Order: sequence, then structure tokens, then C-alpha cells
Amino acid sequence: MVEKSIGQRVLRKEDVRFITGKGQYTDDINLRGQAFAYFVRSPVARATIGHIDVSDAESAPGVIAVLTGQQLAKDGLGTLPCGWMVLSKDGSEMKQPPHPIMAADSIHYAGEPVAIVVASTYQAARDAAERVVVDYDELDAVVDLATAQDSDQIYPEVPRNTSYEWELGDREATMAAIAGAHHVTRLTLRNNRLIPNAIEPRAAIADFNPSTEELTLYTTSQNPHVVRLVLTAFIQIAPEHKLRVVAPDVGGGFGSKIFIYSEETAVAWASKRLGIPIKWTGERSESFLADAHGRDHLTDAVLAMDEEGHFLGLHVKTRANMGAYLSTFASSVPTYLYGTLLAGQYKTPNIYVEVDAVFTNTAPVDAYRGAGRPEATYLLERIVEIAASEMSLSPAEIRRRNFITDFPYQTPVALEYDIGGYDASLTKALEMADWDGFESRRGEARARGKLRGIGLSCYIEACGIAPSKVVGSLGAGVGLWESGEVRVNPTGSVSVLTGSHSHGQGHETTFAQLVASRLGISVDDVGVIHGDTARLDFGMGTYGSRSLAVGGSALSSAADKIVVKARKIAAHLMQSDEDSVEFDDGVFTVKESNRSKTFQEVAFAAYVPHDYPDDLEPGLAEKAFYDPANFTFPAGAYVCEVEIDPDTGVTRIVKFTAVDDFGEVINPMIVEGQVHGGLAQGIGQALLEQCVYDDSGQLMTGSYMDYCMPRADDLPDFDIAMTVTPCTHNPLGAKGCGEAGAIGSPPAVINAITNAIGIREIDMPATPERVWRAIQQAGGQ
Amino acid sequence: MELVQRVIIPAPRQAVWQGLNDPAVLKRSLRGCETFEANAAGGFDIVLQLKVGPVKASFRGEVSLTDVVDGESYTLSGSGKGGVAGYAKGSAHVTLSEPEPGRTEMRYRVDASVGGKLAQVGSRLVDGAARKMANDFFGEFIRVICDDDQVEFILETIEE
Repeated sequence: MVEKSIGQRVLRKEDVRFITGKGQYTDDINLRGQAFAYFVRSPVARATIGHIDVSDAESAPGVIAVLTGQQLAKDGLGTLPCGWMVLSKDGSEMKQPPHPIMAADSIHYAGEPVAIVVASTYQAARDAAERVVVDYDELDAVVDLATAQDSDQIYPEVPRNTSYEWELGDREATMAAIAGAHHVTRLTLRNNRLIPNAIEPRAAIADFNPSTEELTLYTTSQNPHVVRLVLTAFIQIAPEHKLRVVAPDVGGGFGSKIFIYSEETAVAWASKRLGIPIKWTGERSESFLADAHGRDHLTDAVLAMDEEGHFLGLHVKTRANMGAYLSTFASSVPTYLYGTLLAGQYKTPNIYVEVDAVFTNTAPVDAYRGAGRPEATYLLERIVEIAASEMSLSPAEIRRRNFITDFPYQTPVALEYDIGGYDASLTKALEMADWDGFESRRGEARARGKLRGIGLSCYIEACGIAPSKVVGSLGAGVGLWESGEVRVNPTGSVSVLTGSHSHGQGHETTFAQLVASRLGISVDDVGVIHGDTARLDFGMGTYGSRSLAVGGSALSSAADKIVVKARKIAAHLMQSDEDSVEFDDGVFTVKESNRSKTFQEVAFAAYVPHDYPDDLEPGLAEKAFYDPANFTFPAGAYVCEVEIDPDTGVTRIVKFTAVDDFGEVINPMIVEGQVHGGLAQGIGQALLEQCVYDDSGQLMTGSYMDYCMPRADDLPDFDIAMTVTPCTHNPLGAKGCGEAGAIGSPPAVINAITNAIGIREIDMPATPERVWRAIQQAGGQ
Repeated sequence: MELVQRVIIPAPRQAVWQGLNDPAVLKRSLRGCETFEANAAGGFDIVLQLKVGPVKASFRGEVSLTDVVDGESYTLSGSGKGGVAGYAKGSAHVTLSEPEPGRTEMRYRVDASVGGKLAQVGSRLVDGAARKMANDFFGEFIRVICDDDQVEFILETIEE
């Protein structure tokens, strides 16, 4: 008996190996004869490199070679590309200074790799790295985003340190709406810079075989095929058919493992040069310095309203910190993943957004869980909250007055929402959070000497990234479809191959449920294979909450093709014609007869085709490529309730309600887990996390002593529920759930804190010090 | 980090000035100093063991004397590289006066900064470590030039 597994809380198949320490991560892989690499990194943020003396390091014990960025440049390798071309207001292309694999003549951020030491042990490589002497002619670093455009020019080809000045929307109409409005609300805010902190630091092993000229690269990637493509097409490391990229178990990505980094590229080059396998495992310290960071915006916004609080126009001007170079997808984050989301859940008729992308002497900034959408949501839900107060409307009422209710809905910022049900999510969230009973809880807290506050946030995101035609027209260098393959084995078990990559999401379970359900077989009979360019044709990987909506839809199409072919085989076996054969719950039946064949019988016959007719091919395996017709638009309503100790400024989240609309859900347990993780990261941003550089570009928050991550006791039990409006344009009705928690939660937390203290604004992270000062300024209680 | 302090030393100004120019005295005064030798450029080559929080490394560098007004003042500047641990640099501007015979007032302004791993993991500890280092150095210096481990002196911080 096979239960329909869609919608079931199937325990995660992969967790057995993860929780028993049997996962196979990149660092767990050891190759015969491997050497170890350690990177020499610049201790300064901006400098000209003089002489590099490697002689002492080369003669150190165990050292095989010391290779510098200067040698790498001589070998004619390419530079690390940014894959999305963004145009400025005047039509000019974004300015993209070359991003070297290792610095050859100049340094642009502290931590930039300069040389790689290869030795017989990790310790030997590390010790010898101390003996590499690099002459740095230090220059004044440009660090502060607020003043960077008027500071010393970092690159000769980039005036005002500005890569592009992008715009979207109708400027004149928006300005006119603001000029004629009954009321305008203004807000200036900063979206704090974050460091990703995946639990597994990045790592790579490159294995070049001089006799076949084949190169295998094991690396901590969310998208191994994209790594292969970039290493071939842009870096010219090896031809694509001789390059295999494997991303085995990966311990968290959150975006930071999408990108093609210096380290795996340099290790691949070194292995090829030296003809031996070379392994690099990043230290936590290197993650802080050299993983692409997230967020870091400075924004001014104006929201115009009529007498009744209907939004008339929104003007947003943002400066986005790109760091020292444009990382792999960096240019798309503050533009097409940010500006396009500024309608939120609201039918604001006129929106105009301007974004300046600014270089500084800091680590590159790129996509981090949510990527642009948390920045848009934070801005919008903060200004709407303030507008409600200025218009003397309740936070729920101002939102309800502006909700989009008719779908499909074309926003003024390029997106077309296919479906949503915003009032349903809000109503459910308010009810679960007992919004109406809040004032009595506030009074009770006051009696205990605590400040209690409540905050609301209604977010939307665009995910299921992305329709290739649309992103292509917007400057993306790649299409964002996905591939899937369903291989039925002769005994009826199934191997599923997907171009999506799991680094904690539970694809081995969700995709097995999806395919098992389509084929009417047990979840235990489906195995999921991913993360190896040698085992499947191509895939675009996992980011932007796309795996189920795009990768799952490809598998759905492949499973449909399996059923079509299997029906032909069943018809042959039952001496009927294909149109007379029905398939339900794993059994093929000739209509109005008692003749039937199980899926397993048909699978066996597919591989033992002794009496097949000429027009029927043996075998039962199908591939599909799925290109989404539109983005998907998950949305929801979050309510956060806090209690603040006015003596210490410590904020405790006492209640958090999240109601999300992810469309159809395959495994509610996994979806809830994703929401929990997203909320923890969003709350981390709101209360704790902050990346800080000093004036000279030194990273001050370079360890867990100074960079505060959320822990279990910082978080409450979450109250989670779902409302469902199924996505209209993919076969699963699914929208995506990976980023929502991190997108929707920061403004809910900050709105609760400003509500508790009775102030208009406070910056993230709302640390005890900031909260305490805000309370003092507000005049105690 | 910036620090301005004043010490009253029970010794004549000329003795203090000589100490400030004597590599052997400076080396003895600097805790963790392995080498302090005059070099051809008129400065000193030094090797110094530094420990800031979790980072411990041997720093190699150079110290130079500038703005020298004989018997009155100079600026002692140095920078050192600690390999993977990063770098440290700093300077101390020292002025001497003799308000009464046999007693010298020494004022000094110390600036110090660090980079690399030292800044990354030890940033919050650097100020404290640098202050302690300055206190230890000048305290030890006074004991050395007075040749008295028990010598009493007045040290006060003017700015930090």
C-alpha cells in the first residue's frame, strides 16, 4: 500500500547521515597523494603590492610550492566575472573593475588572497605562509558607504566609486504624486551589513590528472554546473568536458556558496600546475574575511498618501555597498531583486527607485538569504508603520486599505503578481497573535516594569527564480531554468537526478515525495542524486527559493513523460491500445476490464523487451528542462511581540507569529523548518548581527567574540501557520519558502521595538546599548 | 589607540635622555623583546613577541627616532609584521623637562594601530593591550635607568 506522499510530514531521509556524523562534506574527502593549501592574505585594505619574496617560504619544511597572484596573472587566466549586466540611467554599462583570482599588483580589501602555499601538510602550509614577505605600499582605504562617492577614487575607470546609477519606474509621475499628496512620510535608514556564517566553511579539493588532462573539483557550491561553466568560459581552467565539479554534502549556503570565489579557482589552477591533488579548507576566520557579505544599504524614502491613507507614490533612493569587486551576481541584488519588490503587497500606483552601486575597500557584497528582498521589505514595512502612526490609522488598517486584491496585478516596478491572498494571511496572523488583546498584555508588563511592544510586517517576495526571457532582457548572463531526470530502474525503484542542489533544504525527501506520488510508488523506492556535473547534464542550482518551484517542476514534467512512455509499454503488455490504459496510484489498468499491471511490472518489461513492437524503444528514463513562465510570489504576515527591560535595554521576543502563503506544500515539516531558520536569521539581523570595519578597512567583527549570531535562547517558540493560494503557472502550485522568514521578520521586530519604546526610529541591530539609549532619549518610560 | 601620560622620575634629565637613546635600556624595558639592535639607517631592528587576546606572534620590524631635539624630545616610531597574525604600528612622542634638579618630568603621546588577524580577532582587546604595554614599558624604563626595582614614581594619564 503506497500512501500519497504529497502533503505528508515525511521524516528527512538525509538526516540519518547528518545527525550521526556520516555526512560526506568536501573536507571529508581525501585523495591519495593530496597536498594542502593555505592562502596568504593581505592584512591591509588598500595598497600597491611591491616585491613578493617567497624564497624563505619555499625552503620551509614540507613546502611543495608557493604560487603568487603575479604568477597566476602571467599564466593568462581570466578574472572572476559578474554575471548580470546592469545599465545606468544614461544607458551606459555598469563599471566592473577586474576581479583577480589572487591579487597581483594591488589590494582592494583586507583578506584578499595574494599567494597560495602548497605543502605536504596543512600545518606546514600554514607555517610557511608566515614566511612569505609581501611589500605593501599602503593607501588610504575608502570604507564608509555614506562618504565613499566623494572619497578618493579606488579604480581609475570608476569615477565617484560608483559602478552604476540604476533606476526603475516613472520618475515624473511619482514626483507629481508626492508633490500633490495630502501627507508624505519620510524615512532614512540603513540596512545593516551581515556576514553569512554557514556552519561549514568553504572548502575545495582540485585533482588534475596530467595523463588525461581531466580536472575534478570538489567544492562547497550551491550550483556546481555554474561553477564549471564559469571556470571554463571565463577562467579557461579546463574545457567543460574535461572538468567535473562535485558539490557533495554542503553545510549551509544562504547564498554565500552561489558565487565563484578566488580560493577554489586558485586551487584548481595550482593542481593543474603541480599535477597533484590539492586541498583547501577555509578557517572560520577566512569565512568572516572573504565570504561575500550581505545587505549594507543606505536609503532615503518618501511615501505619499491621500486623506484616507491610500498610497499615491513612493520614491526610494538607495546607495548599495558592493565592497571591493562585483561578485558573481552582486549587481542584480540591489536592483532587480530589490527595486522590483518595492510595491510590496500594495497597489501604490507610482513608484520610482534609484540605486547607486558603490565600491568600498571591503569584502565583496552579494546575495544573502533573501537577497534584495529583505532590504525592500524592511524599507517598505518600516515606512508604512510610521505612515500609519502619522495618519492615526492602525498598522493593520493602513495595510488593508492598500492591499492588492485583484490578480493578476501589474506593479509599476516591472513584476506581474499572478496570485495572492494578503488579507487572509493578515487576518489569520492577527487572530493567532491575539492582536486585539495586546493592550492588556502591555499593561500587565508595565506593572512588572517592562516595556512591551507589538509589530507587524506584511512581506512579499519574488522567487522561483526565474523566467529566462525576463531575466535575459534585464541583463542576466544565464537562463534560469532547471533540469530534472527520472530514471526508472528495472526492478521499479527510481533514481531522480536534479540540477537543484541541497545544502540543508531536504531535497532528498521533498523530491522523493514528489516523484513517488506521481508514480504511485513508495518514497523509500526513490533516490535523489544531485551536485555532480558528471552525473547529470546541467543544472542552474539552488538559490532564490527556486528548487521546488523550478527544479521540482522539471521533475514533475519528467515524471509525466515517464507515465506517457510507461503507458505505451503497459498497453503493449496488456495487448490494448495506449488510450485505453489508465494510470492511478501505481497501477496501469485497461479501462472497463480487469487487466492491470503494476508500475514495477512495467518497469521490468521496459528493460526486458523480448517481444517489443518495432516502434517502442526499450528503457524507461526521461529528462525535462523547465523554464518558469513567471516568478512566484510567496507572501505573508508576521507579528512580533517584544518585552524590553528598560534598565538594561535587553529585548526579549516573547511571541512571534508567522503566517505564510507558499502555495501548495509537499512536506509541511520541512517548510516549517525553513521558516524557523529564516526567522532566526531575520531576528539575528534585527537584534544582534552587524559587520563592522574600522576607518582603515580592518574587519572589527572578525570572530564570534565580536559578531553576534542568534542562539536558541534568543528565540521564542514560533507560532506558524499557512494560507494557500496556489501558484498559477507551475505544475505544482508551489511558490518557495527558503527565504521568507529572513525577509519578513526584521521589520516586524523593529516595529515592535519602536512600539514598545514609543519612538519613531531605531537602527538595526537593536542591541541593548541602542535600545537603552533610545529609552533614555525618549525620557525614560 | 591614543594615550597621553605624564611621569615624574627621580633622576636627572640627562640620565633619562641617555636611557631613551640606549638600545640596551630600551630592550630591557620592552617586555617580550628579543632583539633591539642599532641598524645602518640610524634606527633599530627589533623582534618582539606580542600577545593580544588569542593572537600570539613574533613581530619583526624597525624602530626609528625622528624630530630629535637633543636632551629634550623625540618621536619613537615603529612598525612590525607578524606574518599571518597581521601587523602593528605605533609611535610615541616623548618630551622631557626638569622642573627641579634631579627630578625629570616625561610626557608622552602614544598612538598605536593594528591590522590583519590581530585586528580581526583581537580588535576589542587591542586598546587594553596597547595601554598595558605602554605602562609596562615606561614603568620598566624608569626602574632600569634608576637601577632600582622599588623606585617610586608618579604616573598619570592625561588623555585617552
